[in-house]
Amino acid sequence: MAEIQNYTMNFGPQHPAAHGVLRLVLEMDGETIQKADPHVGLLHRATEKLAESKPFSQSIGYMDRLDYVSMMCNEHGYVLAIEKLLGIEVPERAQYIRVMFDEITRILNHLMWLGAHGLDIGAMTMFLYCFREREDLMDLYEAVSGTRMHATYYRPGGVFRDLPDSMPKFQASKFRSEKELKRLNAAREGSMLDFIEDFTNRFPGCVDEYETLLTDNRIWKQRTVNIGVVSPERAMQLGFSGPMIRGSGIEWDLRKKQPYEVYDRLDFDIPVGVNGDCYDRYLVRVEELRQSNRIIRQCVDWLRANPGPVIADDHKIVAPKRVEMKDDMESLIHHFKLFTEGYCVPEGEAYAAVEHPKGEFGVYLVSDGANKPYRVKIRAAGFAHLSAMAEMVQGHMLADVVAVIGTQDIVFGEVDR
Amino acid sequence: MSDRNETLAARLGERFNERLVRVESHVGELTFEVDKADLVEVALALRTDFGFDMLMDVCGVDYLVYGQDEWTTSSATETGFSRGVEREPVILDESDTFPPRRFAVVYHLLSIVNNQRLRLRTFTGTDNPPVVKSVVDVWNGANWFEREVFDLFGILFEGHPDLRRILTDYGFIGHPFRKDFPLSGNVEVKYDAEKGRVAYQPVSIEPRTLVPRVIRDDNRYSADLKDRPNG
Repeated sequence: MAEIQNYTMNFGPQHPAAHGVLRLVLEMDGETIQKADPHVGLLHRATEKLAESKPFSQSIGYMDRLDYVSMMCNEHGYVLAIEKLLGIEVPERAQYIRVMFDEITRILNHLMWLGAHGLDIGAMTMFLYCFREREDLMDLYEAVSGTRMHATYYRPGGVFRDLPDSMPKFQASKFRSEKELKRLNAAREGSMLDFIEDFTNRFPGCVDEYETLLTDNRIWKQRTVNIGVVSPERAMQLGFSGPMIRGSGIEWDLRKKQPYEVYDRLDFDIPVGVNGDCYDRYLVRVEELRQSNRIIRQCVDWLRANPGPVIADDHKIVAPKRVEMKDDMESLIHHFKLFTEGYCVPEGEAYAAVEHPKGEFGVYLVSDGANKPYRVKIRAAGFAHLSAMAEMVQGHMLADVVAVIGTQDIVFGEVDR
Repeated sequence: MSDRNETLAARLGERFNERLVRVESHVGELTFEVDKADLVEVALALRTDFGFDMLMDVCGVDYLVYGQDEWTTSSATETGFSRGVEREPVILDESDTFPPRRFAVVYHLLSIVNNQRLRLRTFTGTDNPPVVKSVVDVWNGANWFEREVFDLFGILFEGHPDLRRILTDYGFIGHPFRKDFPLSGNVEVKYDAEKGRVAYQPVSIEPRTLVPRVIRDDNRYSADLKDRPNG
């Protein structure tokens, strides 16, 4: 009889289903995974060390580049930690704007996840559908911060600026007819809030479309039901958070349990899974899309009715307006100090966590009283999830590895930091 | 929140006495220092008896230059604001011992049942390499977090099932997050046309500081003004 041996297979780092630069060393028995050893770090940029060499506010931009599909949520964790140490108050309007953009970011992230996860396990159309809606949200990023992705919009003390009164419009070109142009710009005639409101009206219909394609789809269910099952006990042991722990049936959401900003004033539900498999996590995330939409709608209504400042008035921390600098010596001095030396943060340590689309995104900040952080530690949800990869794929088929990578919503910017 | 923290601190004090040392925090977070010999025992008790069923994060800290600034501004200078940083030669980690409080490992615990957070810190450094006992058996999720601390700080975790480097390159030398490791690193890679492969060479960029580290006395945060009204 022939001797049957396990063989080792290398998966990635250049593989479209590896979601970036994951290298998996798989020990296979036929098509069954015996052991998986993920190798990470190919995208390691030492963000934490870089942040230690720069004044506090200059690292906000690095946070965008961690989880590069949910940029503003990363910034949120970082500025919250700074604010906690500084002990400054954020204006209410800024809190609502932050919550609104957190939820816009959550939709962005989940759409990216849904599209890519679908594409990985054979649902090509999902990708196209999801990117259609993502485009509108990217335009919101652009309108509010000037860039489509790496916004650097949140600042310690508030947000960079108030919501704009107009949306960028599509320009006429020889490839677009007059009629087409009118259709594209129809929702963009009013203010940014009008555009968001229009989006929140449209979006539940879009989610219905996604669900029609996937939720009862036989192939989708065959690929996800009972794949990568995690029991609630194991989920806690392995340090899961976000949709991964909720998919296993534990009702844990920082927005409800340890509310930050104005989440305690908003009305939304927390979806929870039952079986802890890929399909339940899919259902949880799809429901989160709908709940985020609800939150955005409530924020839009509040923001319309309540104008006000969007950043704290403390010019020891917040840069003064350029206009003020023209004739106010004090503002000029503040500006000079802030952009050469930065501000000193009182000695101490703080851990600030936000409910990031992928799970708990925490920033642990140690300050020794200097103008630069002494130590920044970023707790990325994906890192804990990926460390459980070996356990989740054991005994599954090779093709299921892709489903598990997808369901963990891995983005290497935050895993490798 | 702070009341619940006080209750928990009292309960922990009753159970562990001097083995847990409370660290004051001005942001209302609960921090305890534990001797590295007691770490695993305390961790296990925290999980089983105090409901801390999740370990959210393990973080290494190198306290080598804590509280030292690079640019003191006690008097005016003739040269004005300069880069002002004098570099000391890179310290090689060849000594047998470090200061006992040079390295710390910080554990962030979360209790889902009680909705509470707790920070546990243990100092190490008397040996080279510094050693801490692993908590993988208490919280399985610690596995990769401890590998990361080992990789970046060179702290060994006794009892860890698979202590390999995780974030740095295969064959990397040194522990990059130590404060004596230069930001620009020691080696760089480039494509060597003669050898026909990617090769390492000593780093060619000069390290420089754009903004020096400064520590200023800010009266707003000074302790003697805290209690005064409108202080």
